[in-house]
Amino acid sequence: MTTSIQETQLISETSEIPNLRFLEEVSAATAGVARLEMCIQCGTCGGSCPSAADMDHTPRMLFAMIRAGLRDDALRSNTPWICVSCYHCVVRCPQDVHITDVMYTLKSMAIQAKLYKDAKAPDFSQTFVDMVENFGRSYELGLATRHYLKHFPLRLPGMAPMGIGLITKKRMDITPHRIEGIDQLRAILARAKQLEGIS
Amino acid sequence: MNKYLFYPGCSMEASARAYNVSLMAICETLDLELEEIHDWNCCGATEYLGISLTPAYALISRNLALAAKQANGSHTVVAPCSACYLNLAKADHYMLERPSLGEKVNLALEAGGLQYKPGSLEIRHLLDVIINEIGLDTIKSKVVKPLAGLRVAPYLGCMVPRPDYAHRWSDHEHPDELDRLLKALGAEVIDFPLKTHCCGGHMPQISPSTAFELLRRLIHSAAQYNADLLVTVCPMCQMNLDAFQHEMNRFYRTNYHMPIVFFTQLIGLAFGIKATDLGFGKELVDPRPALDRIGVEIPVSVETKARPKRTKKTGLPMPIMPGDEEVNE
Repeated sequence: MTTSIQETQLISETSEIPNLRFLEEVSAATAGVARLEMCIQCGTCGGSCPSAADMDHTPRMLFAMIRAGLRDDALRSNTPWICVSCYHCVVRCPQDVHITDVMYTLKSMAIQAKLYKDAKAPDFSQTFVDMVENFGRSYELGLATRHYLKHFPLRLPGMAPMGIGLITKKRMDITPHRIEGIDQLRAILARAKQLEGIS
Repeated sequence: MNKYLFYPGCSMEASARAYNVSLMAICETLDLELEEIHDWNCCGATEYLGISLTPAYALISRNLALAAKQANGSHTVVAPCSACYLNLAKADHYMLERPSLGEKVNLALEAGGLQYKPGSLEIRHLLDVIINEIGLDTIKSKVVKPLAGLRVAPYLGCMVPRPDYAHRWSDHEHPDELDRLLKALGAEVIDFPLKTHCCGGHMPQISPSTAFELLRRLIHSAAQYNADLLVTVCPMCQMNLDAFQHEMNRFYRTNYHMPIVFFTQLIGLAFGIKATDLGFGKELVDPRPALDRIGVEIPVSVETKARPKRTKKTGLPMPIMPGDEEVNE
């Protein structure tokens, strides 16, 4: 009896009040029809996941948390950030849940709520997007330099031969390429951000 | 003549230049005409989708809108890169599945004077087009130098056979398209069990240990099957397996040497095209030992001999040494 009371307290301690609209919120923010409410908790997703060993929660657990309304706990989980977008779980899911796309939604919500634990992945995505918004194309040298200097300075000496190899073999451009319609692209993205409700 | 709209994607012009060069080299023999979408932009890879929904889909859809505008005759867009292919297909598919997304995206496109009606294009991967439109019989008939004796591991990666919105592939986990193509080229093809497993994607930049484990599995499995090299259809897979193999080896104290090349490069070799015209020599894990065995020679340092010989005599004043005839010529 006492254990069950303690467990109840534990849950209410970590996550203030369950947000019962959270499932709806996640579904609404996902591309296509998420089908998250169809999850039968079979665990096929976690069993198929190549990187599940490094996740705080398996996808199945994460979906249970979303349905229980544990918003902050779900957004703090590293699971969406460790997801490699390989779609193994998606093709195996007996309920056709759009698992990978739900992971993208959780990432964007965690960024908005600033609830991610490790800044490496959000920073990498943001740097990538900055380059794309600036030039219209990705710019690998700029991206790699900025990201590795900030997050992996100690890996740089070991990676120098690779970087030099890529540059001398003309596989990494020194200067970025800017598309002609960059102003058009920026106008489109600015409108899209307005529609999304972010400045 | 098979004519298609072509979306190259950023990596074709940088890290996967060998893929681009070899594709252009085999186009004529395959009777394949690729018309590049004018002024295309990055598809956002897997990064923009994780930041915000509408901008990510608007970014992808600018390309769809440009392609639809440019389309004359062909409404099929061919993408050689797995991530680009999936993003273009995904945007088209989800805007149909959920019309409100399509409406939002079109409102955004309007700001740039563009519009796109979901479902008006067909998005296909290069391998799909080569196998299902050009066909193995045509390819077989063009092979002049079969790759007999080369033991290859066909590696598709994740995003081509999955999630497969248009049901084009024979299987989600063990498709045999690439196997059949490589067999048609005369190569010895292993039944690679990890052919659609993940290379780690952007993980070398996020969580290196996660990435190295995924790379190790692939390379270890290919080595266990005594494959001479891995053959891929994806710039990201090639980059990860090739460029991070050295770091992965140091991480696990292993000593793997498993080259990875693009399938278009092998098609080119079998068509009798010179290795130097197929972008060979750009790999960090040298495929020469493997290719030597089938009599393909890649001149040492095709790219790295780069330092140009000074031809003009008007350079920095240098002392003329006795016997230094070249200068006095």
